[in-house]
Amino acid sequence: MAERKTKKETASKKETTATATKQAPAKLAIGEQPAKAKEARIGVFICHCGTNIAGSMDINAVQDYAKTIPNVAYVDNYKYMCSMPGQAVIDKAIHENKLTGVVVAACSPRLHEPTFRTATKEGGLNPFKFEMANIREQNSWVHMHDQEGATDKAKDAVRIAVAKASLLEDLFPKSVPVERAAMVVGAGVAGMQAALDLANAGIKTYLIEKTPTIGGRMSQLDKTFPTLDCSQCILTPKMVDVGRSENIELMTYCDVESVEGYIGNFDVTIRKKARGVLTPKEAEAKGFVGGGCNGCGDCETACPVIQPNTFEEGMKPRKAIYIQHPQVVPLIYTIDKESCIKCGICVTVCGTEKRAIDLDQEDEFVKVKVGTAILATGYDIFPIENKTEWGYKRYENVITSLEFERLICASGPTGGHMVRPSDGVAPKKVAFLLCAGSRDNTGIGKPYCSRFCCMYSLKHAHQLIEKMPGCQPYIFYMDIRSFGKMYEEFYYRIQDEGAKFIRGRVSNILEDPVSKNLMVFADDTLLDRPMKLEVDLVVLAAAVQPAADTNRTRKLFGVSCSMDGWLLEAHPKLNPCGTTTAGVFLAGACQGPKDIPDTVASAEGAASAASIPIHTGHVELEPYFAQCIDEKCAGCGMCVNLCPYSALALIEKDGRKVMQVTEAKCKGCGTCGGFCPGGAIWMNHFATPQIIAQIDAFLLGGEQ
Amino acid sequence: MAGHEAIPKREEGAFKPKIVGILCNWCSYAGADLAGGGRIQYPPDVRIVRVMCTGRVDPLFIMKAFTDGADGVLISGCHFGDCHYLEGNYKAAKRLFLVKNLLKNIGLEDKRLRMTFVSASEGAKWGKVITDVVKTVEELGPSPLTELMK
Repeated sequence: MAERKTKKETASKKETTATATKQAPAKLAIGEQPAKAKEARIGVFICHCGTNIAGSMDINAVQDYAKTIPNVAYVDNYKYMCSMPGQAVIDKAIHENKLTGVVVAACSPRLHEPTFRTATKEGGLNPFKFEMANIREQNSWVHMHDQEGATDKAKDAVRIAVAKASLLEDLFPKSVPVERAAMVVGAGVAGMQAALDLANAGIKTYLIEKTPTIGGRMSQLDKTFPTLDCSQCILTPKMVDVGRSENIELMTYCDVESVEGYIGNFDVTIRKKARGVLTPKEAEAKGFVGGGCNGCGDCETACPVIQPNTFEEGMKPRKAIYIQHPQVVPLIYTIDKESCIKCGICVTVCGTEKRAIDLDQEDEFVKVKVGTAILATGYDIFPIENKTEWGYKRYENVITSLEFERLICASGPTGGHMVRPSDGVAPKKVAFLLCAGSRDNTGIGKPYCSRFCCMYSLKHAHQLIEKMPGCQPYIFYMDIRSFGKMYEEFYYRIQDEGAKFIRGRVSNILEDPVSKNLMVFADDTLLDRPMKLEVDLVVLAAAVQPAADTNRTRKLFGVSCSMDGWLLEAHPKLNPCGTTTAGVFLAGACQGPKDIPDTVASAEGAASAASIPIHTGHVELEPYFAQCIDEKCAGCGMCVNLCPYSALALIEKDGRKVMQVTEAKCKGCGTCGGFCPGGAIWMNHFATPQIIAQIDAFLLGGEQ
Repeated sequence: MAGHEAIPKREEGAFKPKIVGILCNWCSYAGADLAGGGRIQYPPDVRIVRVMCTGRVDPLFIMKAFTDGADGVLISGCHFGDCHYLEGNYKAAKRLFLVKNLLKNIGLEDKRLRMTFVSASEGAKWGKVITDVVKTVEELGPSPLTELMK
């Protein structure tokens, strides 16, 4: 086996050198068609895609035209080219007509290029001898009422594709080994689930979390809908598992600093933010055996600095040295550098045995190598004070749903006693405002549905009715979206329990300056009349938005985002966990609002997807590398500085300087090829003569 | 919703502009595909050449298109900061300024060359971009180079 592999390697090496020398004369002056293109025999296959394509253009006219294009040796059409019989048509035609290249005019290459490359390979050709003409997404679907325009455009698209296919070269994907380790960014329920699945599959997993503890948003919740499970009760076992797992390296209070490399070989630099407190492991490394933080909390008691507790949404005080809540994992204190006055009391209290506190600790950088990565960066609450009509932050008794969660939670600032902030009295009438900032086309809020607000507001209403007899919840809604398993049933239950539902958006809220009660003005759209209602407390089911650092993190990993800033999946239906960056996957609400069941499901999906390359052991990289045509290279070195991946370098060869490409580093963007003043850079599959041939084919009718 | 209505037909014999569109694979080509999925309707005058990154766009491609008789050239890539290859679109944009100057120097309206930034999630924007590019080139009329090259 090993011997065979070496043979194969030498063979492909030989081929690369062979093509390299062949390519040099191939790159002739612009306008001169390389001789080999004239020998090309291209097969053109036109897809109807049912009526998706055939309904908007004249397929027969395109087929008749394709026969007249130079180099076209065979033309056929089929109802569904991507079907098995459709692919068999290609296979057969390649053999029978001695084709040297294949053009399929169908959907987008972003959808079916891999399918037809395989079909081309089955026919005995190199899979890269294939070019796709996009006559669906960029033609029939966007020119549905212009048959003539669409047909003409399809003819041109086929001609352009044939011109390129005539000049395509054999290419050989490079197989690279995959590092047997993965990374998960964000340790909310999505990140934890993904990390646990990867770890249980035997993969070393780095779990990176920016805050001092794992758990994320879910740990702030009191109950979960529709089962009314205690959120912490179902979450903490997972947190403990993460902390204990041998395969998970938990890195809390850390940020991803930089990412280099590609699928299988990502080099990630992680910033370990200075915690000011040593873990037992770190203490041991420093020589304090048996030292380090044991979570006793003496330092917290002694610390004189008081500031708002962010975990409790600012409703409880916190010290400068803190843990977020009693169930944190890992149980290690953290010093908030911004509020710490460096008085040193905590150092004294901690004592000389543990010696856990180091006020002068600085950020450290750790480098890890991983094969795949999962982003699970979650969501934040939309700053609902921007919707000024509801008076959040102006009126004390207008709170967000997350604040409600903390207030009604037994471990929260009031020990689970639901009181209103202005006077600490239990409210008798509570208004819930749904779609607060969601489904909002005013430009201030978010146009999308935040997906879980309906359900948690129903849950809140239930909690009030259950905990506080006599308290009346009023739910102002646009539509109740109770789409999940047992959700609709839960909605009926809350109706039966006596919550009042008013269909209408709240236009304004005014505060009584003395009683601090709130007058809610709305339009009851079912009774078709304006209404007002005096309540003690207003709870805003605020929209959610991507977490603060999402944009920075996604750019490090080269992941795109949708218009709202949520991370973009490779395909919304067929590849919901993948991204356009190979080896990077998405889990949970960083992709868009998701409730807990959907989040966990997506995390398991992402973990499964991320484990595939690791278990396979190797991946094939698209061979779109740059190559230097030595004879043309003047050794100016302009390209070297342009390369964003430092893949190019000047070397001495035959007594002069020429550029050399490190293929493993080159990602094939072609920025060097677009700049080279001497035309000395050959971009595989996107070479200058190939692109010029496409332009010429369009504008000069295929003749050059 | 905007973008879904039929495009008004041109009058018989009216000028049909020839426009080359060079699109990056990750943002604008994907955005154009999304416009298709959303059935956003736009004029059929732009022919697409796909490259991996707008950084690949050699000024030569643009000049070749104009000397071949293109009435307009559209280069479209990712938004700044969003490039799949970190900074290819910056470099492309920088180069385009030079090419625009060159076009002016040879007496060609530099409006015939446009660079736009359309992300993979901006299908509707792609429809608007194409509609606008076609309109601009229609207003400018046939490229004067076409006559000169004859």
